[in-house]
Amino acid sequence: MQKSLHIDPNKCTGCLQCEMACSYENYGAFNISKSRIKVFNFESAGRKVPYTCTQCAEAWCLHACPVDAIRVDAATGAKVVHENACVGCKVCTIACPFGTINYVADSGKVQKCDLCGGQPACAEACPTGAITFVESDWTGLGKMRQWAEKTDTQPRA
Amino acid sequence: MAWAKKILRVNLTKGTCASEPLNMEWAQQYLGQRGLATKYLVAETDPKVDPLSPENKLIMTTGPLTGTMASTGGRYSVVTKGPLTGAIACSNSGGYFGAELKMAGWDMIIFEGKSPKPVYLWLENDKAELRDATHLWGKTTWDVEEEIKKAHQDPQIRIASIGRAGENGVLYACVVNDLHRAAGRSGVGAVMGSKNLKAVAVRGTVGVSGIKDFKAFLKATTAAKKVLADNAVTGQGLPKFGTQVLMNVINEVGALPTRNAQDVQFEGARNISAEAMHEKRPTDGKANLITNAACFGCTIACGRVSQVDKNHWSVVNSPKYWGATGGLEYENAWSLGAANGVDDLDALTVANMICNEDGMDPITFGATIGAVMEMYQMGVLKKEQIGVEAPFGSAQALLELAHMTAEGRGFGKEIGLGSKRLCEKYGKPELSMTVKGQEFPAYDPRGIQGMGLTYATSNRGACHLRSYTVASEILGVPVKTDPLVTDGKADLVKAFQDATAAFDSSGTCIFTTFAWTLADLAPQLDAACEGGWTLERLAEVGERIWNMERQYNLAAGLTAKDDDLPKRLKTEPAKSGPAKGLVSGIDKMIPEYYKVRGWSTDGVPTKETAKRLGL
Repeated sequence: MQKSLHIDPNKCTGCLQCEMACSYENYGAFNISKSRIKVFNFESAGRKVPYTCTQCAEAWCLHACPVDAIRVDAATGAKVVHENACVGCKVCTIACPFGTINYVADSGKVQKCDLCGGQPACAEACPTGAITFVESDWTGLGKMRQWAEKTDTQPRA
Repeated sequence: MAWAKKILRVNLTKGTCASEPLNMEWAQQYLGQRGLATKYLVAETDPKVDPLSPENKLIMTTGPLTGTMASTGGRYSVVTKGPLTGAIACSNSGGYFGAELKMAGWDMIIFEGKSPKPVYLWLENDKAELRDATHLWGKTTWDVEEEIKKAHQDPQIRIASIGRAGENGVLYACVVNDLHRAAGRSGVGAVMGSKNLKAVAVRGTVGVSGIKDFKAFLKATTAAKKVLADNAVTGQGLPKFGTQVLMNVINEVGALPTRNAQDVQFEGARNISAEAMHEKRPTDGKANLITNAACFGCTIACGRVSQVDKNHWSVVNSPKYWGATGGLEYENAWSLGAANGVDDLDALTVANMICNEDGMDPITFGATIGAVMEMYQMGVLKKEQIGVEAPFGSAQALLELAHMTAEGRGFGKEIGLGSKRLCEKYGKPELSMTVKGQEFPAYDPRGIQGMGLTYATSNRGACHLRSYTVASEILGVPVKTDPLVTDGKADLVKAFQDATAAFDSSGTCIFTTFAWTLADLAPQLDAACEGGWTLERLAEVGERIWNMERQYNLAAGLTAKDDDLPKRLKTEPAKSGPAKGLVSGIDKMIPEYYKVRGWSTDGVPTKETAKRLGL
């Protein structure tokens, strides 16, 4: 069964545990500047929104890559950058409509979320359930349940 | 190991920035942040130094757990000699700035001297340079943040700065970071202003690596996060209500200092409580509180995000106050509200915004207004002197005086000196609710006796964050003690003081201690850092830090006479509530405390005590 990262911004407090977990997983350091998931702070609206690659089924980045450096991980469905093949041309960063594949100057390659091979560190680190890793077919299940609970079929007194 | 092992030394007089290795021998004795930076200050400055002279130093410092996945691991402190108190000053702040500093590869920055013109420090990993800040002088912390980010074309820069209060010599100016977070007390922002240092802007992309044993660290931090999540205060009360959960509680136990501590219960408490922040306003149908928010790495998330009614009289012509912003914490709701008899929630939220944007400690500012209002009530101060009518309960006076103080206008200049100097000037020194020149916060020592001892013996002047015995006396953490008795409080205060000093030196937040003890902190530190960090060792480090601060204060000229409370708390009994008829038993507790501490009857650490602690 394929799983997806599911984000509920209303639950995000902006603690950045996800960014630390992501950077440690991939770089062995707590370095949020290297995180592949980013929490955006909309200050005057009082909102914080985590954002990362949603692993498009028809991935623009993958199709745009001239050297086939972005490939599908058969086990997870993640679109994964193969660093050995990546030439750092950045065409994928132009193709991606969401900006979730990024160039890393230090390595001269691009990076994006690879779902950590099926156990995303960000979701494990999130203390509030704002980031969860759920079955792809049921990404809206939590919200449905919430509204279902509010549905009252009994006539009001 | 989790220290960056690197210090940045900035000489503002010469305009130089230099890197030097962290003294790792000291790190083993003083851990980090509060302890370690104080050790540097003690070693490098004369305790008798004028706090606002170039010879004083200002240190911004992180702890070993700052910038790690340890819950609340985002703290930094500003350490210096405080101008409000003449004592050691160490103010702790959250937000994101501390973690960014650590991720740029630094444990601390030591500022010395005085710049000939306004400057800000631009720090990008290894690259450090002082830049001209002439164009930023006279601007608020909010404008500075926006302008620096724009100038560097990088929205991810983190900034700590002073507002106009710090420039204008307000003796309780703070250092504000990330718009709404502050190293708030004892006037650390005034010291920064005296050095012509407007801001520190940091971009860190090196990260924190070198965790001693990552597997053990992940296990320890995950277990500790669970402890926070499972605890009623840190898992439910604080995220939902913030520290404001205390407003109604403390009012009911009769320990809410009201109208400059004339009363211990406030009839308007409910209107300015956490519950009120959740309720929809009748005027616009919206609640004051929008949501909660976390500082870096924090899994508690007690922070408040608030929005006032755009049509409220205080902001109707000021669109800059219309957006979501840092909301009221308990201390601020008390100091701006109950201490002055003001119960207008939106007005208090705006007063708090002014304190944030211009960098003033709302506790001292609010409590000073309380003294002004009492002198107005007595006729000692008149409208002609103050510039406004200032009866208790006047939100208009509160807001106008906040602007005047931050901007250094008219009577605001005098309010900017704090209540001790102000009340002395007008012949009413007994009306200043201070210890060592610093105003005490939101817990009346007549109703919570341990807090009297906490205030009297706090090394940075009256403060709740040096030994929060409210946890024990009111909330029963870790064990319930009777708030109305003095027995056993000396031991309790010492234990809290030592543990707090260790927490403040680790990079984590003191609010974790509603759920954590040193036994929860030790395994996290031990997995991150070399040195065999046990609970016993942390308690000893905490005690060493406390005694070092004490020795600094004694060398600065403070004596046992300064370990005392305002006369009012010792002679005017509480008028209502469970503590009705009680005064503070401070005179009984002090000798017991000195004994427990291993100090002489004059409050001086004995030779044996100093030797035992390696001082």
